[in-house]
Amino acid sequence: MRRIYLDYAATTPTDTEVIKTIQPYFFDKFGNPSSIHGFGQEARKAIEEAREKLAVSLMAKPEEIIFTSGGTESNNFVLFGVAYALRKNGNHIITSAIEHHAITEPCKFLKKRGFKITFVKIDKDGLVDPGDVKKAITDKTILISIMHANNEIGTIQPVAEIAKVAHEKGIYFHTDAVQTVGHIPVDVNALDVDLLSLSAHKFYGPKGVGALYIRKGTRIERFLHGGDQERGKRASTYNTPGIVGLGKAIEICQNKMQEEIEFQTRLRDKLIGGILKNILGTHLNGHPKKRLPNNVNISVEYIEGESMILNLDMEGIACSTGSACTSSSLEPSHVLLAIGQPPEIAHGSLRFTLGRYTKEEEVNFVLEVLPRIVKKLRAMSPLYKE
Amino acid sequence: MENYSEKVMDHFMHPRNVGEILDANGIGNVGNPICGDVMRMYLKIKYNIIVDVKFKTFGCGAAVATSSMVTEMVKGKTVEEALQISNKAVAEALGGLPAVKMHCSVLAEQALRAAIADYYRKIGKDPSSFEPKEKLPHH
Repeated sequence: MRRIYLDYAATTPTDTEVIKTIQPYFFDKFGNPSSIHGFGQEARKAIEEAREKLAVSLMAKPEEIIFTSGGTESNNFVLFGVAYALRKNGNHIITSAIEHHAITEPCKFLKKRGFKITFVKIDKDGLVDPGDVKKAITDKTILISIMHANNEIGTIQPVAEIAKVAHEKGIYFHTDAVQTVGHIPVDVNALDVDLLSLSAHKFYGPKGVGALYIRKGTRIERFLHGGDQERGKRASTYNTPGIVGLGKAIEICQNKMQEEIEFQTRLRDKLIGGILKNILGTHLNGHPKKRLPNNVNISVEYIEGESMILNLDMEGIACSTGSACTSSSLEPSHVLLAIGQPPEIAHGSLRFTLGRYTKEEEVNFVLEVLPRIVKKLRAMSPLYKE
Repeated sequence: MENYSEKVMDHFMHPRNVGEILDANGIGNVGNPICGDVMRMYLKIKYNIIVDVKFKTFGCGAAVATSSMVTEMVKGKTVEEALQISNKAVAEALGGLPAVKMHCSVLAEQALRAAIADYYRKIGKDPSSFEPKEKLPHH
Protein backbone atom coordinates (compact mmCIF):
# COMPACT_ATOMS: atom_id res chain seq x y z
CA MET A 1 0.00 0.00 0.00
CA ARG A 2 1.28 3.47 -0.77
CA ARG A 3 1.81 5.72 2.22
CA ILE A 4 1.02 9.40 2.01
CA TYR A 5 2.43 11.67 4.67
CA LEU A 6 0.43 14.87 5.16
CA ASP A 7 1.43 15.70 8.72
CA TYR A 8 4.52 17.85 8.10
CA ALA A 9 3.50 20.28 10.86
CA ALA A 10 3.95 17.45 13.35
CA THR A 11 7.42 16.65 12.09
CA THR A 12 9.34 16.41 8.82
CA PRO A 13 11.66 13.68 7.56
CA THR A 14 15.32 14.63 7.81
CA ASP A 15 16.53 15.69 4.37
CA THR A 16 18.97 13.11 2.99
CA GLU A 17 21.51 15.89 2.32
CA VAL A 18 21.27 16.78 6.01
CA ILE A 19 21.84 13.16 7.00
CA LYS A 20 24.97 13.03 4.84
CA THR A 21 26.29 16.22 6.37
CA ILE A 22 25.74 14.97 9.91
CA GLN A 23 27.30 11.53 9.45
CA PRO A 24 31.00 12.43 10.10
CA TYR A 25 30.15 14.03 13.42
CA PHE A 26 29.27 10.77 15.10
CA PHE A 27 32.62 8.99 14.69
CA ASP A 28 35.33 10.80 12.71
CA LYS A 29 34.66 14.26 14.14
CA PHE A 30 33.21 13.28 17.50
CA GLY A 31 35.24 15.72 19.62
CA ASN A 32 33.78 17.84 22.38
CA PRO A 33 33.57 21.34 20.91
CA SER A 34 34.61 22.75 24.28
CA SER A 35 37.98 20.91 24.15
CA ILE A 36 40.99 22.88 22.96
CA HIS A 37 42.69 20.05 21.04
CA GLY A 38 42.22 19.34 17.35
CA PHE A 39 39.28 16.99 17.86
CA GLY A 40 37.46 19.67 19.78
CA GLN A 41 38.42 22.41 17.35
CA GLU A 42 37.04 20.70 14.26
CA ALA A 43 33.72 20.10 16.01
CA ARG A 44 33.71 23.68 17.28
CA LYS A 45 34.27 24.98 13.77
CA ALA A 46 31.28 23.00 12.48
CA ILE A 47 29.06 24.44 15.20
CA GLU A 48 30.10 27.99 14.44
CA GLU A 49 29.44 27.40 10.74
CA ALA A 50 25.94 26.19 11.56
CA ARG A 51 25.39 29.23 13.77
CA GLU A 52 26.50 31.48 10.94
CA LYS A 53 24.08 29.80 8.49
CA LEU A 54 21.15 30.19 10.86
CA ALA A 55 22.09 33.79 11.63
CA VAL A 56 22.24 34.63 7.92
CA SER A 57 18.79 33.15 7.31
CA LEU A 58 17.27 35.11 10.22
CA MET A 59 19.23 38.32 9.40
CA ALA A 60 20.67 38.05 12.92
CA LYS A 61 24.21 38.17 14.30
CA PRO A 62 25.80 34.78 15.06
CA GLU A 63 26.31 35.76 18.70
CA GLU A 64 22.55 36.27 19.03
CA ILE A 65 21.89 32.55 18.43
CA ILE A 66 21.75 30.03 21.28
CA PHE A 67 21.35 26.38 20.36
CA THR A 68 18.83 24.45 22.44
CA SER A 69 17.17 21.04 22.40
CA GLY A 70 14.17 22.31 20.42
CA GLY A 71 11.09 24.51 20.38
CA THR A 72 9.82 23.53 23.80
CA GLU A 73 13.12 24.34 25.47
CA SER A 74 13.44 27.64 23.61
CA ASN A 75 9.97 28.70 24.74
CA ASN A 76 10.58 27.63 28.34
CA PHE A 77 13.93 29.46 28.22
CA VAL A 78 12.21 32.69 27.18
CA LEU A 79 9.43 32.61 29.73
CA PHE A 80 11.51 31.59 32.74
CA GLY A 81 14.59 33.52 31.61
CA VAL A 82 12.75 36.81 31.20
CA ALA A 83 10.57 36.22 34.27
CA TYR A 84 13.67 35.74 36.47
CA ALA A 85 15.65 38.57 34.89
CA LEU A 86 12.88 41.16 35.08
CA ARG A 87 10.93 40.05 38.12
CA LYS A 88 11.83 43.30 39.91
CA ASN A 89 10.30 45.31 37.06
CA GLY A 90 7.01 43.49 36.92
CA ASN A 91 5.12 40.23 36.96
CA HIS A 92 2.78 40.47 33.99
CA ILE A 93 3.08 38.51 30.74
CA ILE A 94 0.82 38.81 27.69
CA THR A 95 0.32 35.95 25.27
CA SER A 96 -2.50 34.65 23.07
CA ALA A 97 -5.27 32.11 23.48
CA ILE A 98 -3.86 29.89 20.71
CA GLU A 99 -0.22 29.42 21.66
CA HIS A 100 1.43 26.02 21.67
CA HIS A 101 1.43 24.17 25.01
CA ALA A 102 5.15 24.90 25.23
CA ILE A 103 4.08 28.51 25.90
CA THR A 104 0.80 28.06 27.77
CA GLU A 105 2.09 25.48 30.25
CA PRO A 106 5.15 27.49 31.42
CA CYS A 107 2.76 30.48 31.69
CA LYS A 108 0.44 28.49 33.93
CA PHE A 109 3.43 27.41 36.01
CA LEU A 110 4.47 31.05 36.44
CA LYS A 111 0.91 32.00 37.28
CA LYS A 112 0.99 29.66 40.29
CA ARG A 113 4.12 31.47 41.42
CA GLY A 114 2.89 35.03 41.50
CA PHE A 115 2.82 36.04 37.84
CA LYS A 116 -0.19 37.41 36.06
CA ILE A 117 -0.85 36.10 32.57
CA THR A 118 -3.19 37.66 30.02
CA PHE A 119 -4.30 35.43 27.15
CA VAL A 120 -5.54 37.87 24.49
CA LYS A 121 -8.42 36.60 22.41
CA ILE A 122 -8.32 36.04 18.67
CA ASP A 123 -10.88 36.58 15.93
CA LYS A 124 -12.71 33.88 13.96
CA ASP A 125 -9.80 33.56 11.53
CA GLY A 126 -7.31 33.14 14.34
CA LEU A 127 -5.80 36.62 14.21
CA VAL A 128 -4.61 38.58 17.22
CA ASP A 129 -5.61 42.25 17.16
CA PRO A 130 -2.57 44.40 18.08
CA GLY A 131 -5.07 46.82 19.66
CA ASP A 132 -6.11 44.09 22.14
CA VAL A 133 -2.47 43.54 23.06
CA LYS A 134 -2.04 47.27 23.61
CA LYS A 135 -5.07 47.37 25.90
CA ALA A 136 -3.75 44.44 27.93
CA ILE A 137 -0.44 46.17 28.75
CA THR A 138 0.00 47.35 32.35
CA ASP A 139 2.96 49.01 34.07
CA LYS A 140 3.89 45.52 35.29
CA THR A 141 4.11 43.92 31.83
CA ILE A 142 7.59 42.50 31.18
CA LEU A 143 7.04 40.26 28.16
CA ILE A 144 4.68 39.79 25.23
CA SER A 145 4.82 36.46 23.42
CA ILE A 146 2.70 35.85 20.32
CA MET A 147 3.39 32.97 17.94
CA HIS A 148 4.38 33.72 14.35
CA ALA A 149 2.04 31.15 12.80
CA ASN A 150 -0.32 28.73 14.45
CA ASN A 151 0.51 25.04 14.24
CA GLU A 152 -3.10 23.90 13.93
CA ILE A 153 -4.92 26.39 11.75
CA GLY A 154 -1.90 27.97 10.06
CA THR A 155 -2.90 31.61 10.63
CA ILE A 156 0.08 33.98 10.36
CA GLN A 157 0.01 36.76 12.96
CA PRO A 158 0.83 40.44 12.35
CA VAL A 159 3.97 39.98 14.44
CA ALA A 160 5.71 43.21 13.42
CA GLU A 161 2.66 45.28 14.39
CA ILE A 162 2.37 43.58 17.76
CA ALA A 163 6.12 43.99 18.35
CA LYS A 164 5.71 47.70 17.68
CA VAL A 165 3.02 47.91 20.35
CA ALA A 166 5.35 46.16 22.80
CA HIS A 167 8.36 48.32 22.00
CA GLU A 168 6.40 51.56 22.31
CA LYS A 169 6.17 50.65 25.99
CA GLY A 170 9.69 49.25 26.22
CA ILE A 171 8.44 45.68 26.66
CA TYR A 172 10.29 42.64 25.28
CA PHE A 173 8.60 40.81 22.43
CA HIS A 174 9.03 37.10 21.73
CA THR A 175 7.62 35.01 18.91
CA ASP A 176 7.38 31.24 18.70
CA ALA A 177 8.41 30.75 15.07
CA VAL A 178 8.57 26.95 15.17
CA GLN A 179 6.05 26.68 12.33
CA THR A 180 7.54 29.38 10.10
CA VAL A 181 11.36 29.19 10.16
CA GLY A 182 12.48 27.42 7.00
CA HIS A 183 9.03 27.72 5.43
CA ILE A 184 8.40 31.44 4.96
CA PRO A 185 10.82 34.37 5.29
CA VAL A 186 11.68 35.04 8.92
CA ASP A 187 13.73 38.20 9.42
CA VAL A 188 14.22 39.19 13.05
CA ASN A 189 14.61 42.83 12.07
CA ALA A 190 11.57 43.04 9.82
CA LEU A 191 9.56 41.25 12.52
CA ASP A 192 11.22 43.48 15.13
CA VAL A 193 11.45 40.69 17.71
CA ASP A 194 13.74 40.51 20.75
CA LEU A 195 13.43 36.75 21.08
CA LEU A 196 12.47 34.01 18.65
CA SER A 197 12.14 30.22 19.05
CA LEU A 198 12.71 27.61 16.35
CA SER A 199 13.05 23.86 16.00
CA ALA A 200 15.07 21.90 13.40
CA HIS A 201 12.79 18.89 12.94
CA LYS A 202 10.05 21.16 11.59
CA PHE A 203 12.24 22.09 8.63
CA TYR A 204 13.85 18.81 7.58
CA GLY A 205 16.56 18.88 10.25
CA PRO A 206 17.08 16.32 13.01
CA LYS A 207 14.90 16.03 16.11
CA GLY A 208 16.17 17.19 19.48
CA VAL A 209 17.78 20.42 18.34
CA GLY A 210 16.53 23.97 18.03
CA ALA A 211 17.61 27.50 18.76
CA LEU A 212 16.65 30.69 20.50
CA TYR A 213 17.42 34.05 18.96
CA ILE A 214 18.20 36.64 21.63
CA ARG A 215 18.64 40.19 20.39
CA LYS A 216 21.86 41.71 21.67
CA GLY A 217 21.30 43.48 24.99
CA THR A 218 18.13 41.58 25.93
CA ARG A 219 18.11 40.71 29.62
CA ILE A 220 17.44 37.03 30.13
CA GLU A 221 18.57 34.62 32.85
CA ARG A 222 20.55 31.53 31.85
CA PHE A 223 18.45 28.41 31.36
CA LEU A 224 20.63 25.38 32.09
CA HIS A 225 23.20 25.81 34.85
CA GLY A 226 26.51 24.00 34.46
CA GLY A 227 29.34 24.59 32.03
CA ASP A 228 29.92 27.83 30.18
CA GLN A 229 28.64 26.74 26.76
CA GLU A 230 26.62 29.17 24.67
CA ARG A 231 28.18 32.23 26.29
CA GLY A 232 27.09 31.05 29.69
CA LYS A 233 23.43 31.12 28.77
CA ARG A 234 22.85 27.43 28.28
CA ALA A 235 25.10 24.74 29.74
CA SER A 236 25.34 21.21 28.32
CA THR A 237 27.77 19.53 25.93
CA TYR A 238 27.08 20.61 22.38
CA ASN A 239 24.87 18.32 20.29
CA THR A 240 27.27 18.56 17.36
CA PRO A 241 25.43 16.33 14.86
CA GLY A 242 22.12 18.01 15.68
CA ILE A 243 23.48 21.52 15.38
CA VAL A 244 25.34 20.74 12.14
CA GLY A 245 22.12 19.23 10.82
CA LEU A 246 20.12 22.31 11.78
CA GLY A 247 22.61 24.48 9.90
CA LYS A 248 22.46 22.36 6.76
CA ALA A 249 18.67 22.13 6.93
CA ILE A 250 18.16 25.88 7.14
CA GLU A 251 20.59 26.38 4.26
CA ILE A 252 18.58 24.01 2.05
CA CYS A 253 15.32 25.69 3.07
CA GLN A 254 16.72 29.11 2.18
CA ASN A 255 17.66 27.90 -1.28
CA LYS A 256 14.33 26.22 -1.96
CA MET A 257 12.00 28.57 -0.12
CA GLN A 258 10.42 30.52 -2.95
CA GLU A 259 9.87 27.41 -5.05
CA GLU A 260 8.41 25.46 -2.11
CA ILE A 261 6.07 28.30 -1.11
CA GLU A 262 4.66 28.49 -4.63
CA PHE A 263 4.26 24.74 -5.02
CA GLN A 264 2.72 24.14 -1.61
CA THR A 265 0.37 27.12 -1.84
CA ARG A 266 -1.00 25.78 -5.11
CA LEU A 267 -1.55 22.27 -3.70
CA ARG A 268 -2.94 23.70 -0.45
CA ASP A 269 -5.55 25.72 -2.31
CA LYS A 270 -6.38 22.75 -4.52
CA LEU A 271 -6.96 20.56 -1.48
CA ILE A 272 -9.02 23.20 0.36
CA GLY A 273 -11.06 24.03 -2.72
CA GLY A 274 -11.66 20.37 -3.57
CA ILE A 275 -12.85 19.45 -0.09
CA LEU A 276 -15.15 22.46 0.33
CA LYS A 277 -16.63 21.91 -3.11
CA ASN A 278 -17.11 18.15 -3.00
CA ILE A 279 -18.18 17.60 0.60
CA LEU A 280 -21.18 19.50 1.95
CA GLY A 281 -21.00 20.66 5.55
CA THR A 282 -17.26 21.38 5.58
CA HIS A 283 -15.56 24.59 6.75
CA LEU A 284 -12.05 25.97 6.46
CA ASN A 285 -10.44 26.85 9.78
CA GLY A 286 -7.91 29.66 9.97
CA HIS A 287 -7.39 32.70 7.79
CA PRO A 288 -8.04 32.03 4.07
CA LYS A 289 -5.05 34.14 2.91
CA LYS A 290 -2.81 34.89 5.89
CA ARG A 291 -1.96 31.25 6.39
CA LEU A 292 1.02 28.93 6.11
CA PRO A 293 1.58 27.74 2.53
CA ASN A 294 1.29 24.11 3.64
CA ASN A 295 -1.66 24.19 6.07
CA VAL A 296 -5.14 22.82 5.40
CA ASN A 297 -7.50 22.65 8.38
CA ILE A 298 -11.09 21.64 7.73
CA SER A 299 -14.02 20.84 9.98
CA VAL A 300 -16.46 18.20 8.80
CA GLU A 301 -19.92 18.36 10.34
CA TYR A 302 -21.65 15.38 12.03
CA ILE A 303 -18.58 13.15 12.30
CA GLU A 304 -15.66 12.84 14.65
CA GLY A 305 -12.01 13.46 13.80
CA GLU A 306 -10.34 10.32 15.11
CA SER A 307 -12.70 8.09 13.18
CA MET A 308 -11.74 10.00 10.00
CA ILE A 309 -8.02 9.73 10.82
CA LEU A 310 -8.30 5.97 11.32
CA ASN A 311 -10.14 5.54 8.03
CA LEU A 312 -7.60 7.71 6.21
CA ASP A 313 -4.78 5.74 7.84
CA MET A 314 -6.28 2.53 6.44
CA GLU A 315 -5.89 4.19 3.02
CA GLY A 316 -2.29 5.01 3.86
CA ILE A 317 -2.92 8.72 4.47
CA ALA A 318 -1.42 10.32 7.58
CA CYS A 319 -2.92 13.55 8.97
CA SER A 320 -4.12 14.86 12.33
CA THR A 321 -7.20 16.19 14.15
CA GLY A 322 -8.17 18.61 16.90
CA SER A 323 -10.69 16.15 18.30
CA ALA A 324 -10.66 15.39 22.00
CA CYS A 325 -10.51 11.72 21.23
CA THR A 326 -6.88 11.83 20.22
CA SER A 327 -5.78 13.66 23.35
CA SER A 328 -5.67 12.33 26.87
CA SER A 329 -7.31 15.54 28.11
CA LEU A 330 -10.60 14.69 26.37
CA GLU A 331 -10.95 18.34 25.46
CA PRO A 332 -11.13 19.41 21.84
CA SER A 333 -8.37 21.67 20.54
CA HIS A 334 -8.06 24.93 22.50
CA VAL A 335 -7.25 26.64 19.20
CA LEU A 336 -10.51 25.62 17.51
CA LEU A 337 -12.50 26.56 20.60
CA ALA A 338 -10.72 29.94 20.68
CA ILE A 339 -11.76 30.75 17.10
CA GLY A 340 -15.32 30.24 18.27
CA GLN A 341 -16.03 26.76 16.96
CA PRO A 342 -18.74 24.86 18.81
CA PRO A 343 -17.13 21.82 20.48
CA GLU A 344 -19.13 19.35 18.38
CA ILE A 345 -17.63 20.87 15.22
CA ALA A 346 -14.13 21.08 16.71
CA HIS A 347 -14.31 17.30 17.27
CA GLY A 348 -14.69 16.90 13.51
CA SER A 349 -11.57 18.75 12.40
CA LEU A 350 -8.84 17.44 10.11
CA ARG A 351 -5.43 18.97 9.54
CA PHE A 352 -3.41 18.13 6.44
CA THR A 353 0.03 19.72 6.28
CA LEU A 354 2.03 19.45 3.07
CA GLY A 355 5.77 19.44 2.61
CA ARG A 356 8.88 19.03 0.50
CA TYR A 357 8.04 15.51 -0.67
CA THR A 358 4.31 15.97 -1.25
CA LYS A 359 3.19 15.12 -4.78
CA GLU A 360 0.16 16.43 -6.60
CA GLU A 361 -1.21 12.92 -7.11
CA GLU A 362 -1.17 12.45 -3.33
CA VAL A 363 -3.42 15.47 -2.92
CA ASN A 364 -5.62 14.08 -5.70
CA PHE A 365 -5.83 10.77 -3.87
CA VAL A 366 -7.02 12.49 -0.67
CA LEU A 367 -9.68 14.30 -2.69
CA GLU A 368 -10.74 10.95 -4.10
CA VAL A 369 -11.01 8.97 -0.84
CA LEU A 370 -12.12 11.59 1.69
CA PRO A 371 -15.69 12.05 0.34
CA ARG A 372 -16.16 8.26 0.53
CA ILE A 373 -14.95 8.14 4.14
CA VAL A 374 -17.13 11.08 5.16
CA LYS A 375 -20.14 9.43 3.54
CA LYS A 376 -19.50 6.17 5.35
CA LEU A 377 -19.14 7.84 8.76
CA ARG A 378 -22.12 10.10 8.27
CA ALA A 379 -24.26 7.08 7.45
CA MET A 380 -23.29 5.83 10.90
CA SER A 381 -23.84 9.14 12.70
CA PRO A 382 -26.97 9.74 14.77
CA LEU A 383 -26.46 13.50 14.23
CA TYR A 384 -26.66 13.36 10.45
CA LYS A 385 -29.79 13.58 8.34
CA GLU A 386 -29.57 13.56 4.56
CA MET B 1 -1.79 6.83 22.98
CA GLU B 2 -1.63 3.05 22.84
CA ASN B 3 -2.75 1.46 19.62
CA TYR B 4 -6.09 -0.24 19.10
CA SER B 5 -6.19 -4.02 19.01
CA GLU B 6 -6.90 -5.80 15.74
CA LYS B 7 -10.37 -6.67 16.98
CA VAL B 8 -11.15 -3.03 17.76
CA MET B 9 -10.00 -2.01 14.28
CA ASP B 10 -12.08 -4.78 12.73
CA HIS B 11 -15.23 -3.64 14.52
CA PHE B 12 -14.42 -0.01 13.74
CA MET B 13 -13.80 -0.53 10.04
CA HIS B 14 -16.61 -3.07 9.63
CA PRO B 15 -19.13 -2.22 12.32
CA ARG B 16 -21.90 -4.81 12.81
CA ASN B 17 -25.55 -3.83 13.06
CA VAL B 18 -25.30 -0.20 11.97
CA GLY B 19 -28.63 1.45 11.25
CA GLU B 20 -32.09 1.96 12.66
CA ILE B 21 -35.03 -0.30 13.47
CA LEU B 22 -38.28 1.31 12.39
CA ASP B 23 -40.47 -0.72 14.76
CA ALA B 24 -38.03 -0.78 17.65
CA ASN B 25 -39.65 -1.09 21.07
CA GLY B 26 -36.64 0.18 23.01
CA ILE B 27 -34.52 3.17 21.98
CA GLY B 28 -31.61 4.55 24.00
CA ASN B 29 -29.89 7.88 23.37
CA VAL B 30 -26.75 8.69 25.32
CA GLY B 31 -23.74 10.97 25.10
CA ASN B 32 -23.35 14.52 24.02
CA PRO B 33 -21.95 15.96 20.79
CA ILE B 34 -20.10 18.56 22.88
CA CYS B 35 -18.10 15.76 24.49
CA GLY B 36 -17.48 14.20 21.11
CA ASP B 37 -19.58 11.05 21.35
CA VAL B 38 -23.24 10.19 20.92
CA MET B 39 -24.76 6.72 20.65
CA ARG B 40 -28.28 5.72 19.74
CA MET B 41 -29.34 2.09 20.19
CA TYR B 42 -32.48 0.46 18.80
CA LEU B 43 -33.81 -2.80 20.28
CA LYS B 44 -36.49 -5.12 18.99
CA ILE B 45 -37.60 -7.24 21.93
CA LYS B 46 -40.00 -10.17 21.60
CA TYR B 47 -41.06 -12.40 24.52
CA ASN B 48 -38.32 -10.82 26.63
CA ILE B 49 -35.63 -11.72 24.08
CA ILE B 50 -33.62 -9.21 22.08
CA VAL B 51 -34.30 -10.39 18.54
CA ASP B 52 -32.77 -7.45 16.71
CA VAL B 53 -30.47 -4.57 17.55
CA LYS B 54 -29.03 -1.66 15.57
CA PHE B 55 -26.98 1.42 16.43
CA LYS B 56 -25.73 4.75 15.21
CA THR B 57 -22.69 6.38 16.77
CA PHE B 58 -20.90 9.71 16.45
CA GLY B 59 -17.51 9.22 18.01
CA CYS B 60 -13.98 7.94 17.86
CA GLY B 61 -12.70 4.49 16.94
CA ALA B 62 -13.30 3.09 20.41
CA ALA B 63 -16.84 4.48 20.59
CA VAL B 64 -17.78 2.88 17.26
CA ALA B 65 -16.08 -0.44 18.05
CA THR B 66 -17.70 -0.78 21.49
CA SER B 67 -21.09 0.11 20.00
CA SER B 68 -20.65 -2.58 17.39
CA MET B 69 -19.44 -5.17 19.91
CA VAL B 70 -22.23 -4.60 22.39
CA THR B 71 -24.84 -5.14 19.67
CA GLU B 72 -23.24 -8.50 18.87
CA MET B 73 -23.20 -9.44 22.53
CA VAL B 74 -26.87 -8.72 23.25
CA LYS B 75 -28.46 -10.28 20.21
CA GLY B 76 -30.49 -13.35 21.23
CA LYS B 77 -30.10 -12.64 24.94
CA THR B 78 -32.92 -12.07 27.40
CA VAL B 79 -33.35 -8.57 28.72
CA GLU B 80 -32.04 -9.63 32.15
CA GLU B 81 -28.96 -11.24 30.60
CA ALA B 82 -28.31 -8.11 28.56
CA LEU B 83 -28.42 -5.99 31.72
CA GLN B 84 -25.54 -8.06 33.12
CA ILE B 85 -23.22 -6.83 30.34
CA SER B 86 -20.78 -4.27 31.69
CA ASN B 87 -18.56 -1.84 29.83
CA LYS B 88 -15.58 -3.89 31.06
CA ALA B 89 -16.99 -7.01 29.45
CA VAL B 90 -17.43 -5.14 26.16
CA ALA B 91 -13.85 -3.87 26.31
CA GLU B 92 -12.57 -7.36 27.13
CA ALA B 93 -14.50 -8.85 24.24
CA LEU B 94 -12.64 -6.41 22.01
CA GLY B 95 -9.29 -7.57 23.32
CA GLY B 96 -8.95 -4.52 25.54
CA LEU B 97 -8.96 -0.76 24.97
CA PRO B 98 -6.24 1.83 25.51
CA ALA B 99 -6.58 3.22 29.06
CA VAL B 100 -7.60 6.69 27.86
CA LYS B 101 -10.40 5.10 25.81
CA MET B 102 -12.06 3.08 28.58
CA HIS B 103 -14.61 5.85 29.10
CA CYS B 104 -15.85 5.24 25.54
CA SER B 105 -16.98 1.74 26.51
CA VAL B 106 -19.20 3.28 29.19
CA LEU B 107 -21.17 4.87 26.38
CA ALA B 108 -22.05 1.45 24.90
CA GLU B 109 -23.15 0.09 28.27
CA GLN B 110 -25.25 3.19 28.95
CA ALA B 111 -26.90 3.12 25.51
CA LEU B 112 -27.95 -0.48 26.10
CA ARG B 113 -29.36 0.32 29.53
CA ALA B 114 -31.16 3.40 28.23
CA ALA B 115 -32.75 1.34 25.44
CA ILE B 116 -33.90 -1.35 27.87
CA ALA B 117 -35.22 1.34 30.23
CA ASP B 118 -37.26 2.72 27.36
CA TYR B 119 -38.65 -0.77 26.73
CA TYR B 120 -39.44 -1.28 30.44
CA ARG B 121 -41.39 1.94 30.52
CA LYS B 122 -43.41 0.83 27.50
CA ILE B 123 -44.40 -2.44 29.19
CA GLY B 124 -45.08 -0.75 32.53
CA LYS B 125 -42.01 -1.90 34.45
CA ASP B 126 -39.80 0.31 36.60
CA PRO B 127 -36.32 0.83 35.08
CA SER B 128 -34.95 3.06 37.85
CA SER B 129 -32.56 0.41 39.24
CA PHE B 130 -30.41 0.40 36.12
CA GLU B 131 -31.38 3.42 34.04
CA PRO B 132 -28.43 5.74 33.35
CA LYS B 133 -28.56 9.14 34.98
CA GLU B 134 -29.26 11.97 32.62
CA LYS B 135 -25.65 13.10 32.72
CA LEU B 136 -23.12 10.48 31.77
CA PRO B 137 -20.26 10.00 34.20
CA HIS B 138 -18.10 11.23 31.36
CA HIS B 139 -15.44 13.89 31.58
